[in-house]
Amino acid sequence: MFVFPHVTVFALIIINKAGGLIYNRTFHEGGLNKISTNDYLVLAGTFHGVHAITARLNPLRPASTAKRSSTSSVTGGGSGPLTRPELPSGLEVLETENFRMQCFATLTGTKFLLFTDTTQANVDLTMRRVYEMYTDYVMKNPFYQLEMPVRCDMFDRKLGSYIREINNR
Amino acid sequence: MAHIVGSGKAASSKEQAGLRYPSNGKTIYHRPLNRTKTAELSQASFAYLFSEMVSYAQRRVTGIQELEKRLNLQGHPIGLKLLDLLLMREPPRSQTRPLTIIALLHFIKINLWTHLFGRQADRLEKSSDPAAPDEYMIIDNEPLVNAYISVPREMSQLNCAAFVAGIVEGVCDGAMFPARVTAHSVGGKEEGEMWPGKTVFLVKFQPEVLEREALIGKG
Repeated sequence: MFVFPHVTVFALIIINKAGGLIYNRTFHEGGLNKISTNDYLVLAGTFHGVHAITARLNPLRPASTAKRSSTSSVTGGGSGPLTRPELPSGLEVLETENFRMQCFATLTGTKFLLFTDTTQANVDLTMRRVYEMYTDYVMKNPFYQLEMPVRCDMFDRKLGSYIREINNR
Repeated sequence: MAHIVGSGKAASSKEQAGLRYPSNGKTIYHRPLNRTKTAELSQASFAYLFSEMVSYAQRRVTGIQELEKRLNLQGHPIGLKLLDLLLMREPPRSQTRPLTIIALLHFIKINLWTHLFGRQADRLEKSSDPAAPDEYMIIDNEPLVNAYISVPREMSQLNCAAFVAGIVEGVCDGAMFPARVTAHSVGGKEEGEMWPGKTVFLVKFQPEVLEREALIGKG
């Protein structure tokens, strides 16, 4: 791995597809100011709305259909049975002087918001790993009810040790 | 004979391929029973299946004990059948069923665990309590079935490895060592920091088993 200076992940929140806050955790004391859980709920709801509207702003790319037809004519549809149009993605990054907020929306509409240092590199990689842990330790847990707040010890533990590892690098 | 009806095209026999009719024409009954080395399954699909099994067992259940009982019952027939299968796969010389408690427990710790989880159980212990000479413990530091399961706080008594306990109980019963097997979480105590999911399978044999064992010891 390369060494990045001041690599820090501040917080993670997960928003369900209805815009409700289902997970909220801060990792690095002093990185962000403390706000109440209520404010996090408002942030989640607001972001959900803004994300939905920005996704509607995003024009459906005709290029993707053109590309598909051209590839199918050239290679005979070598890309397989991929016919679903690419989903319009909404707001992905918000940046302030002190932190950067990266959003990742899953195909089912769950959103992961990662608050990181502005210099943090490879947020995509971190996000991917967090999503992986979510699918493992939350979705495969028989006691988790969909769309409800995430309360899984195992998820907390694995996420905590992974983020600690990143923050101490 | 559905596959004859659609035989206008050459590829129609291919279309029938599926779980019931594999494309090479060989069903599950054509496969040798002895294939053991490459028989690996996806852990993710097992995790989803097991998650559904737990949810299923949880329906209309009144307490945690009843839930564990149901999981145990789901595992029991698997144990009964696995005993036969695993003995059959042994080399002909050692193809006898275990005759002593120690032989049985070793068979479970080594053969059964390796077949199910790809590794041996971590430890085997006899209860140190003189009042309970019929109790043995099989210890697994991180049971595969619990790999992705976080038990909610209000159900902290529950250990979903009760399913594995059922399998072990099935093996014991099938080998004519009737026993009760239960799964207990011990992570969080003593050395629990290292293995938060540590599980003890408590095997409690019926009195007649110990009686017989004592007679064998004399003879």
